[in-house]
Amino acid sequence: MAFPSSADRPALTVTSAKIVIAGGFGVGKSTMVASVSEIPPVNTEAWMTQAGESVDPLSDSSAKTTTTVAMDFGRVTLAPDLLLYLFGTPGQPRFWPMWDDLCRGASGAVVLVDTRQLESSFPAVNYFENDSDVPFIVAVNLFDGKLTHSLEKVRDALCLDERTPLVTVDARDRRSTAKTLVTALSHTMKSTPTRA
Amino acid sequence: MTANPWVRPYVLTGGRTQTNHQLYVHTLVSAKHFDARAAAKLSPESRRLYDRVRLGPQSVAELSAHCGISLGVTRVLLEDLASTEHLQIAEGAYDSPFDHRLLKRVIDGLSELG
Repeated sequence: MAFPSSADRPALTVTSAKIVIAGGFGVGKSTMVASVSEIPPVNTEAWMTQAGESVDPLSDSSAKTTTTVAMDFGRVTLAPDLLLYLFGTPGQPRFWPMWDDLCRGASGAVVLVDTRQLESSFPAVNYFENDSDVPFIVAVNLFDGKLTHSLEKVRDALCLDERTPLVTVDARDRRSTAKTLVTALSHTMKSTPTRA
Repeated sequence: MTANPWVRPYVLTGGRTQTNHQLYVHTLVSAKHFDARAAAKLSPESRRLYDRVRLGPQSVAELSAHCGISLGVTRVLLEDLASTEHLQIAEGAYDSPFDHRLLKRVIDGLSELG
């Protein structure tokens, strides 16, 4: 595993940035993270232990499912002093407290959609429209390289604001993913004041 | 997930759930040097985190995932390790994730990836 430097490293201020990849279950979030990540995407059952919540493993299984969630993220070293982290959001709405945690401090977000199951990404669009300050774009994942519905139809079906960029992506492809992430951050630049 | 499933997670932190630093999942943690003697005195969980940071600057999420310690507990333990100067928590060179200088740098970096 490649890390920026070894022991007794000089004082180099390394900065990290984060982009969130959201969308329904099975739309290709993990694939998109994997396509640019330099580390095997970390996909692990992590315990989200919110203050005050019961996390006793001895308690009944329904209580446990509310605190166990898959973390899904990757990392890209853009410069010796600049790391980009990509975080996929857990699909189910019951993990929304974790969405807040993942989105806090994010520079941008991509809501990934699959036109064959558009409705699975509705909650993600709703979240970024109503519950988050993180600027977002929507990307249609081209599973077979073809766009089965026109972008206008997708925009209508999602009731997407005309100011929200809508693009296509091949989530398996490094270049395509990188281009989509650039679109997301360019949108953040346009949506935020120069001195944010 | 945690090393000892019989211990409730926040027992490891003395019941503390909050941190003073803003520890995002992508906040970077690093160590200037590794002190084996100091490491030996740490709790098993803190020691795992401290050991892992030897590999280089890593995010809070990476440390949590690789050490098998819940995110919330990881945050508290990392802050403890920082307060005793075992570790440094990166303050970040920019005040805001929307700082255009940061966005520009990330965009430039991503553009070179293709």
